[in-house]
Amino acid sequence: MALPGGSAGQEEGARPRAPEAPQQPQRKPVIQRSQVVVRFAGDSGDGMQLAGMQLTAESALAGNDLATLPDFPAEIRAPAGTLAGVSGFQLNFSSNEVFTPGDEPNVLVAMNPAALKANIDDLSTGAIVIVDKEAFTESNLKRAGYESNPLTDHSLDRFQVFEVEVGRLTTLALRELGLGNREVQRCRNMFVLGLVSWLYHRPLEPTLSWLNRRFEKSAELREANLRAVRAGYNFGEATEIFASSYQVPPARIEPGVYRNITGNSAVALGLVAAAVSAGRPLFLGSYPITPASDILHDLAAYKNFGVYTFQAEDEIAGVNAAIGAAFGGAIGVTTTSGPGMDLKAEAVGLAVKVELPLVIVDVQRAGPSTGMPTKPEQADLLMALYGRHGEAPLPVLAAATPADCFECAYEAVRLAVKYMTPVIVLSDSNLANGAEPWRLPELERLAPIKVEFRTDPEGYQPYLRDEQTLGRPWVIPGTPGLEHRIGGLSSEHLTGNVSYSPTNNELMVRIRARKIAGIARELAPTTVFGDPEGGDLVILAWGSTFGAVREAVKQARAAGRKVSHVHLRYLNPLPADLGAVLRRFAKVMVAELNLGQLLKLVRAEYLIDAFGCNKVQGRPFKVSELVARIERALK
Amino acid sequence: MAGTLTRKDFVSNQEVRWCPGCGDYAILAQVQKVLPEFGVAREKVVFISGIGCSSRFPYYMNTYGFHTIHGRAPAIATGLKVTRPDLEVWVVTGDGDGLSIGGNHLVHALRRNIGLKILLFNNRIYGLTKGQYSPTSEVGKVTKSTPMGSVDFPFNPIAVALGAHASFVCRAVDVEQKHLGEMLRRAHEHRGGAFIEIFQNCNIFNDGAFHELTDKPLKADYQLILEHGKPLIFGRNRDKGVRLNGHKPEIVTLANGASEKDLLVHDETDPALGFILANFAPPMPTPIGVFYVDSRPPFEAEMNRQLERAKEQRGVGDLRKLLYGGDTWTVS
Repeated sequence: MALPGGSAGQEEGARPRAPEAPQQPQRKPVIQRSQVVVRFAGDSGDGMQLAGMQLTAESALAGNDLATLPDFPAEIRAPAGTLAGVSGFQLNFSSNEVFTPGDEPNVLVAMNPAALKANIDDLSTGAIVIVDKEAFTESNLKRAGYESNPLTDHSLDRFQVFEVEVGRLTTLALRELGLGNREVQRCRNMFVLGLVSWLYHRPLEPTLSWLNRRFEKSAELREANLRAVRAGYNFGEATEIFASSYQVPPARIEPGVYRNITGNSAVALGLVAAAVSAGRPLFLGSYPITPASDILHDLAAYKNFGVYTFQAEDEIAGVNAAIGAAFGGAIGVTTTSGPGMDLKAEAVGLAVKVELPLVIVDVQRAGPSTGMPTKPEQADLLMALYGRHGEAPLPVLAAATPADCFECAYEAVRLAVKYMTPVIVLSDSNLANGAEPWRLPELERLAPIKVEFRTDPEGYQPYLRDEQTLGRPWVIPGTPGLEHRIGGLSSEHLTGNVSYSPTNNELMVRIRARKIAGIARELAPTTVFGDPEGGDLVILAWGSTFGAVREAVKQARAAGRKVSHVHLRYLNPLPADLGAVLRRFAKVMVAELNLGQLLKLVRAEYLIDAFGCNKVQGRPFKVSELVARIERALK
Repeated sequence: MAGTLTRKDFVSNQEVRWCPGCGDYAILAQVQKVLPEFGVAREKVVFISGIGCSSRFPYYMNTYGFHTIHGRAPAIATGLKVTRPDLEVWVVTGDGDGLSIGGNHLVHALRRNIGLKILLFNNRIYGLTKGQYSPTSEVGKVTKSTPMGSVDFPFNPIAVALGAHASFVCRAVDVEQKHLGEMLRRAHEHRGGAFIEIFQNCNIFNDGAFHELTDKPLKADYQLILEHGKPLIFGRNRDKGVRLNGHKPEIVTLANGASEKDLLVHDETDPALGFILANFAPPMPTPIGVFYVDSRPPFEAEMNRQLERAKEQRGVGDLRKLLYGGDTWTVS
């Protein structure tokens, strides 16, 4: 069978759709592949996320490198069978290094006509399409907006379509268990997982042990799900539909201990690790918002680490409570997405002014306003940098991958307490829900985070600064002899007393700006992927576009192009050498999921005639789009 | 150290900058007078305020203090009190700060029963922005922003606090020093969140808003001092009482055949009675004192108990186990 995606492997002609009656098990030919992209799609109640996550766990055990991307609607349970209710999960697994969840699926599992319709345009010619034939009823077709049945009207002729009676086969497999039809139908996801697992030689062990754990308390449901997975697997082997199966050999992966991690979980772990390192309690003030809520959920489970999670009455209370906790000596954190950032701006400005440590995590989503809450975008950059009244600079970090969210969260806490400043961490819905294997850090190698509260009254002044960092001393209530007042009003240098002196105000504004700019001193020199000494084109990017840009640059370089990639973690302050590095290249292209925000900054900061590569569709860049853009830029 | 503190220990070196004659001076003086009597170490006391005239308060207290942003003091104080239950945290707010821009935070702090002592200075006007009507101004109030009179129906702060199920609700008057001191003491002794509405005169923009309650010849006829377990009696000759007719209060004259045993007896633990008292309107007298108290546990105690329980059940968090403990695999 022809699989798209440029990966090498034997090819075989398309086969006609075959009858689905199970046959005797037989050995079938095995075809080698280097990379496969699978997408599961169904109603949001069909369990597609679970099927995808389990195929991910199986692929990790198989030793492949991988990346995933869930894609679900904002509506929790949109009307069944409609396009609005389609939920998807995409997994890219490979024997090579993986940077993205993949541009175009090689395999689409569609549980109903709506799932087919919503996803079919993303597939390239020759892709495998596995559909639940029974779901293609007249009413479901109508609900999905199909005028004729795509399974019979030849509109799918350019794909390999496998029609499977998923419902009937699952029912047959479970008939001895005496379950109701509803419970049986809820096992359909495990049947298709089993089938895909067979097709790609995935080990079932992680799924079987997960099912054993998940249904520990219900022997019936456990048995039903286990049977459904095995039935799907055996069906693949037994039926004539599938003439062959595929193998994706393990990737060469750096030695270490790995686990799968989503960006949101990595943020939570990074914050806990930082608080443990600092020896302080962690306080999260947060209000539920998509796609950031999972950070709150994760942290709520870490109470034995001294983690306080406060679900506030609103976004404003969330950040303010975190500031109050920081005043008392805790690591104060608030987590949110764009709309919440709008609401928190005033409080963040207060933290800038009173110089208390605070971490703000913005899991960006497509805007403006409510926008597309589950879809990614990078359009909060300028807000993070400048979205406060007055001169209110603060450090801004952006995570590049799900695992990098750990590093960025940890680093944000380190900077916040060292420089006594709020720090913004930018993630996005891609990173938040996307997963990748994470090589676990050696704890001894994490940068130590030192918190020392001043207790000595001798010579104390609230704004007497550290000469090196310009940070002011952190003195917490309860310390005898150091009683003092802080506040939002302009305050006098050193004493912190309210002051309306014009020159003092400018002095304080400039000191705070210098403090933040000074962080650049401790940033590592900019690393260039490609030609560090310069070349025809450099792509400057930040955040979750890392994988797509890196893969595109690799492909362009393989085709002989002198293209390089610089990826920024620190958006403020920018690395001190960035301007000099960019000037080594004939052309500078800034790729970002907005209309040119970093671009504006780079042009203003360095007077470089950079140009943009921009997209605001609530979708990540495709590698192919970037490769085409590189070609255009080099013409 | 705590035992030897005096008023002076709580006076900061900052010049007080309220308008001469402002009711805030009286409140500040009383707070500075009674705090040393509570026996709390000065470094354990924190004053947190929002924005407005009243919110300058922390600058004048020689304790820890935080002058924050408009309306958010209860939220900031919540984060502090939850993580630092060892501190005595006072919030100073006003009718605009606490009931308009910060209304949301106030009601949620009260319903959660965060152990904050919230002083709401109610002068029924915006002073710092120079005289616009506030959410407690009476209907018809003529101000710069309401030249034809306000059409807003006002909040009744006590009723708002009771509606939010605050666990301690009382009212005081700026110049009734002894009574105010007593209310501060009750708030200090209350284990959960305490809400104190303080009628405060703005002599610049709303002078005399509470003059019936403060003018010597009038106040005995207009003030009803609430005392737990005692009948509701008022009047310069203490000859007027309040009794209930169904759920409706009415004034009776003791000389005219009514006796003390017919009168309503105040019960601080009765929330229904608290509401009835909160809604007293002319010709009924204005109650001051404690409307309602309950002893449900404060939020911060419960939350810290959960943290302790988690440590007992799962052991103090081990970072290595947390990171390496899940579904991992090893590549060699």
